[in-house]
Amino acid sequence: MNIEAVKAIYRFEMARARRTVFQSIVSPVISTALYFIVFGSAIGSRITEIEGISYGSFIVPGLIMLMVLTQSIANASFGIYFPKFTGTIYEILSAPISSFEIVLGYVGAAATKSLILGLIILATAHLFVPLEIQHPFWMLAFLVLTCITFSLFGFIIGVWADGFEKLQIIPLLVITPLVFLGGTFYSISMLPPFWQTVSFFNPVVYLVSGFRWSFFEMADVNVWLSLGMIGFFLALCMATIWWIFHTGYEIKD
Amino acid sequence: MQKENTNQSVIQIENLSKSYPPDFKALNKINLEIKHGEIFALLGPNGAGKTTLISIICGISNPTSGRVLVNGKNIISDFRATRAIIGLVPQELTTDAFETVWDTVSFTRGLFGKSRNSAHIEKILRQLTLWDKKDDKIMTLSGGMKRRVLIAKALSHEPDILFLDEPTAGVDVELRKDMWEIVRGLQKTGVTIILTTHYIDEAEEMADRIGIINKGELILVEEKASLMKKLGKKQLALELQEKLKKVPKTLKKYKLELVNNGNCLIYTYDTKAKHTGITALLGELSEAGIKFKDLNTSKSSLEDIFVSLVKETT
Repeated sequence: MNIEAVKAIYRFEMARARRTVFQSIVSPVISTALYFIVFGSAIGSRITEIEGISYGSFIVPGLIMLMVLTQSIANASFGIYFPKFTGTIYEILSAPISSFEIVLGYVGAAATKSLILGLIILATAHLFVPLEIQHPFWMLAFLVLTCITFSLFGFIIGVWADGFEKLQIIPLLVITPLVFLGGTFYSISMLPPFWQTVSFFNPVVYLVSGFRWSFFEMADVNVWLSLGMIGFFLALCMATIWWIFHTGYEIKD
Repeated sequence: MQKENTNQSVIQIENLSKSYPPDFKALNKINLEIKHGEIFALLGPNGAGKTTLISIICGISNPTSGRVLVNGKNIISDFRATRAIIGLVPQELTTDAFETVWDTVSFTRGLFGKSRNSAHIEKILRQLTLWDKKDDKIMTLSGGMKRRVLIAKALSHEPDILFLDEPTAGVDVELRKDMWEIVRGLQKTGVTIILTTHYIDEAEEMADRIGIINKGELILVEEKASLMKKLGKKQLALELQEKLKKVPKTLKKYKLELVNNGNCLIYTYDTKAKHTGITALLGELSEAGIKFKDLNTSKSSLEDIFVSLVKETT
C-alpha cells in the first residue's frame, strides 16, 4: 500500500479546504443559521412540537444531513473533477497508486471535511435550540457513514462530469429536492397517505429518519432499515467506482 | 552519486499498438528498446504518436495490444514497481494554480510513495533556479517557470527514467540551453532520458540515439552519430569569380546545381563513399576555365534527414 500517496492526496485536499475556509465551512454554517431563523421562527411558531419534540430541535438532524449530503458531494466531485479539468490528473494516473488508494485519498478528505462541517453545524444548532442526543454512538455512525457514502457518490459525479454544468446538475436537480422532500423539515407521518407512500421511494428519508432516531428515538422508518439502506447505497457506490477504475471510464483512454 | 551505467535495456516495447474507434491507429506494432543511461530522442511530426507512446509507458493510457517492460517488469501487472522509477514532464503546462511551488513538488514526491525530504526538494528547486519562487503560487509564474516546476515535480521522487515530452516547447533560448544542461547533468547521474521534440537541433545536440515515428509507426531507430554518417550528405559550395549562365556539359556527371544567379556551384556528395569526387571535380573545373574565389562545405542536418524520411513514408 502506497501510504505516502494517500497522505499526499489527503493533505492536498485538506489544504484546499483551508484555503477556501469561507466557502467550505463558514458559508454552510451561515446557511444553517438562516434555516433556523426562517424555518424555526416562521414554521416553528405554527408547529410548536412534533411527537413531543420542539420544532426547532426536530429539524436539527435533517439540517445536518442536508448540509453533509450536499457538501460531501460538492467536495468529492470537485476534488477529482478539478485535476481532470486542469489536466493535472496525469500525475495521479502515472503515479504508483492503486485505484483504492486514489479513492481513499480523495474520498477520505471529502468525508473528513463533511464530518467536521456536520459537527460544527451540530454545535451551532446547540446555540439556538436545546439538544440531547439519545444514542451518540449511532449518531456518529450515521454521520460517518453518510459522509463516506455521499463522498463516494460525489467522486462518481466528478469522474462522470465533463463540464461544470454536469458537475452541478445532479446535486442541484436531484439531491437538493430529495433532501428537501426527505423529511428534513417535517415528519413523513404528517403527509397524506399517498405522499407518505411516495416518500418511501426517496432514499434520503431513510438517512434522515435513522439520524433523527439517534437524537430523539423517533423515526419514520425502522432504524435497521435506515442502516440497511445506507449500507446498500454505500455498496452501490463502491461497486460503481470499482467499475470506473476497471474500465478506465472517463479517466483513461 | 554516480549510478551504474550499462548497456542493458531499461525499457522494452514489444508489438505495442493503440487504436481509437472507429479505425484510427495511433500506434502500430511499435518495437523499441531503450538502453540504460542513454538520451533517446523521439522525433516525429504532430500526431505521429509520440505522446501516445509516452502516455502508455507512464500509465496514462491503456495499450490496445502488445506489452511494455520497465526493468523487466510489466507496466500493467507490476505497475507499482515500474511507475515508481519513472518521471514525466508533460507537453502541456498542466499545473495547479493555487498551490505554492514547494507544496506542489512535495505533493508529487508523496504521490510516488516517497516520504518527505526537504533537502532533496531544496536541491531540485535550487538546481532549476526555482528556490526564490518556492513560496509563490504557481499561477503567478511565467510559462518558462511553470515548465521548470513541471521538471521539478518529475524529479521530486528521484526517478531512474525521465520522459520529457516537448520539454522546450515555447520556452526562450536561455531556458532551452539551461534545460539541456540539466538533462546532461541528469544523464551523468545515470538517469535514462527519453525526450520528444519538434526541434531537430535539440535532438542533434542532446541525443545518443534517435527514433523517428510517423503515423504511429517507428520508421527508424539509430545511433545519432551513425545516422548522421549513414544518411548525412555533404555539400561543397564554390563561389565563382565570374557568373556562369549554365553548367558546362563536361561537368554533367557531377550533377552540379547553379545557384545565386549563376554565382555559386553546389556539389552534393556522399560522405560514406570511398571517393567523394572532389579532387576530380576541382581538376575538371580548372580545365574548363572556371575559377572560384571561395569554397565551403556543409553537412546536411538531422532536420534534412528527418524531412526526407517522413516524406518517404507519407
